[in-house]
Amino acid sequence: MRLSILASLALAMATPAFSETWDETLAAARGQTVYWNAWGGDERTNAFIAWASSQTEAAYGVKIAQVKLSDTAEAVTRVISEKAAGNDSEGSVDMIWINGANFASMKEQGLLYGPYVAALPNAQFVDLSPSSAASVDFTVPVEGYESPWRLAKFVYTYDSARVDAPPKSAADLLEWTKEHPGRFTHPAPSNFMGATFLKQALIELAPDAAVLQQPVTDAAFDTAVAPLWAWYDAMRPNLWRAGETFPENQSIQEQMLNDGEVDMAMSFDPASVAAGIEQGLLPETARVFVPEIGSIGNISFVGIPYNAANREGAMVVANFLLDPATQAHMQDITVLGSYSVLDPRKLNAEQAAAFSALPSAAALPSVADLGPTLLEPHGSWMTKLTEAWAVRYTK
Amino acid sequence: MKMTARSVVLALVLIGLVLPIFAGTWQTLRAAFGILPALGAVDLSLEPWQRLFALPGLMTSVWLSLWTGLASTLLALGLAVGFCAAMQNRLGGISRWLAPFLAVPHAALAIGLGFVIAPSGLLVRLVQPMMADNVPPNLPFPHDPWGVALISGLVIKEVPFFLLVILAAMGQLPIREHLATGRALGYGKGVVWAKIIFPMIWPLIRLPVYVVLSFALSVVDVAILLGPSNPPTLAVAITRWFSSPDSSMILPASAGAVLQLALVGLSIAGLILAEQLLARIGRWWVRRGGRGSAKAPALQLTAFIVILLMVLGGLALLSLLLWSLAWRWPYPHLWPQGWSLRNWANPRDTWGAALYNTALIGIATTTIALCLAIAWLEAEGRRPRAIWAEALIYLPLLLPQIAFLYGLNILFLQIGIVGGYLSVIWAQALFVFPYVMIALSDPWRALDPRLINSAAALGAGPWRRLFSVKLPILLRPILTAAAIGFAVSVAQYLPTLFLGAGRIATLTTEAITLASGADRRVVGTYAALQALLPFMAYGAVLFLPAVLYRNRRGLTP
Repeated sequence: MRLSILASLALAMATPAFSETWDETLAAARGQTVYWNAWGGDERTNAFIAWASSQTEAAYGVKIAQVKLSDTAEAVTRVISEKAAGNDSEGSVDMIWINGANFASMKEQGLLYGPYVAALPNAQFVDLSPSSAASVDFTVPVEGYESPWRLAKFVYTYDSARVDAPPKSAADLLEWTKEHPGRFTHPAPSNFMGATFLKQALIELAPDAAVLQQPVTDAAFDTAVAPLWAWYDAMRPNLWRAGETFPENQSIQEQMLNDGEVDMAMSFDPASVAAGIEQGLLPETARVFVPEIGSIGNISFVGIPYNAANREGAMVVANFLLDPATQAHMQDITVLGSYSVLDPRKLNAEQAAAFSALPSAAALPSVADLGPTLLEPHGSWMTKLTEAWAVRYTK
Repeated sequence: MKMTARSVVLALVLIGLVLPIFAGTWQTLRAAFGILPALGAVDLSLEPWQRLFALPGLMTSVWLSLWTGLASTLLALGLAVGFCAAMQNRLGGISRWLAPFLAVPHAALAIGLGFVIAPSGLLVRLVQPMMADNVPPNLPFPHDPWGVALISGLVIKEVPFFLLVILAAMGQLPIREHLATGRALGYGKGVVWAKIIFPMIWPLIRLPVYVVLSFALSVVDVAILLGPSNPPTLAVAITRWFSSPDSSMILPASAGAVLQLALVGLSIAGLILAEQLLARIGRWWVRRGGRGSAKAPALQLTAFIVILLMVLGGLALLSLLLWSLAWRWPYPHLWPQGWSLRNWANPRDTWGAALYNTALIGIATTTIALCLAIAWLEAEGRRPRAIWAEALIYLPLLLPQIAFLYGLNILFLQIGIVGGYLSVIWAQALFVFPYVMIALSDPWRALDPRLINSAAALGAGPWRRLFSVKLPILLRPILTAAAIGFAVSVAQYLPTLFLGAGRIATLTTEAITLASGADRRVVGTYAALQALLPFMAYGAVLFLPAVLYRNRRGLTP
């Protein structure tokens, strides 16, 4: 409760501290090239960013150059080394696709420009009330230091030709792996998807999931995690390669699902299976399922480093991403198929119509299929959980 | 005048190519002992080391690096020597087959090999009809915890390199005569090789062996693509720590980089020690006078293994091309079910920029390295060679990249040139120049001095001698050196990644980034291009002299 009061206070103070009007921003942005540092492992996202560049170039004279990362932390390191070298205004990173630990780390070290979200005209379509999903990133208040752009919700994916009844809970999953040894795995917990798998199980198994919303303490951690380790120890021998090694990330695991090396994978994008089928990356029989209790959801943001050389251009791009037309384009299954971050109640009839006109697909889950959205635990839990996992299971 | 020209070249190479390495290592060393003002760390301390040794899996990573590095180098060396011994009379023809394997960047080969040996990969699909199950078998490759996949990937790439080096060394020795003498005294072919020929070849190939060992101990791209993952080898672990969201990890990561440096140093020292020891045992073994078998079954076996490995490499490259053209290619089909040109059709939005960057950087780096090498060799003239300076040139090949690249990054940041073509070209030149020197110096020094003397006697000045006599005669080795330099540039991963600030996307960085994605078809496209580019450079080497010298029979082969 204290947290949300603080957050709303911060939000109240977060009226643009910069004297620039939007027109001035647009004028300064013209001609800039925004170096958008974004994970490059998803070809559809890359293609979307290339499309966005053509749009912003035509409308605002702002080009986007994607810097494809294999890990978002690379961009954070780059900003840190630039700060180290005294480069405070000509930074090479203009915008980062960011959330969670990387955001918390950058915000804490004062490496982000802001607050800037309230200055974006299209922020009017987003629910920015203090407790909304777009205002809290892994329990860290956003306070206008990053702007939402796509919605993420944890789902399992599976091949319905090989799995009849997907497990509905963590306990079910344990049983399933006993019956099908070597057919399930998860990405390495050093990767955010692997960490999310552990967090999803932790929320299901912890005696009191409410503690996960507070910063972690040693005592709380031991109590909360004990059932998780018991569950994991029982399951591990029946994981793919006996749980000795893990796929690097969810894309590799999706490839393994396609290759038939495992029967399930996981994703932060409910539309990823429909997209994968459409692209020829998954068999026609691939489907999505969510545990009965629901699944973790969060929002992906874009942040602007404090030293970004093309800050105005980055703001124009962040604003473009929140445009209802852009969000509808992103939700198109043939484009990204990612659900909109906008508040449907804030759209007018014409804007809403663009969403309802989108094509559908057999593998695309309805919103009802996806179940309730569970809150991300406080960021400190993830750090401690993955460290503890590494200590327990790295030889 | 000659003296000043020489000092200029020497200074240029030392300041441009050697100094950055020392400066970068110095920065890394400072960070390893707690000094990185950017992070507010200003006090000398051992804390980075304590943190490093507290990291889970560190010792396993160290052992994995040592094991995969030493095993792959020694195995590749043994196989290459055995192959030369077994195939001695047919080596001329075989050496032509080496070019593609030398040209292919490590990463492309590793990506392809990763598919060939996977449980749902090409090899399993070949035997799948004989299996009862329609599910891929539970095989641990790639990324197996013992590093077998990583070792195979390295061996496939290093054997051709060793073959080339050994062939060059054999050209300087009267092998046939030694072999004839040995056989006349009743020694088996393999035994003559082991007892007489190898000890003579070894001093000539020692440096390349050290280079390969250092590379294998600290390789990052191949180890990401094929190596164990939980934990990975030390170099991969260090690369991950350098890019951890927790920026204070840079300190233990730097300590890790220093540890990596020590690992390479100790391994090379170990090899030197083993060499001394073997030399003693060897003398005793030679005196004992065992004749061995004339059939040399071990040689047949090594030749067989080498051919097998090359077939595996060929399959890896073939599957890259197939994937780039496939629409769906699911298990257990041996052949894609549907085809598509989608990945090739739209270069402007996909691979076009990476291809352009790769070619541009490759050409620039190669040109710089080539000019410097020619200037160096030309300035060398008739004066005694500066051995110490020459040794420094090869330093970048002996030091692990990770030990100085992060430090170099900080240094370039301070000068303000990171993230552009300049810094990438500069960083790549550190590695391209030594290879160009290796390729060019022997033919250059072997040039018949009578030709130069005649030209001088006819009144040609030093410039005219260079441009009208030396360069035309040496065109083929110069082009070969250029092709090697270009291939080395195309393959660079860490220098491009670190000093390009990720902004300079080349085929190599893109292929490795995309390899962590789900779409093997896109990866196939980039990796195929990555392999194709140096291959075309080698093709040009064969083609150009034949065209340019079509009227000069003496200069065509």
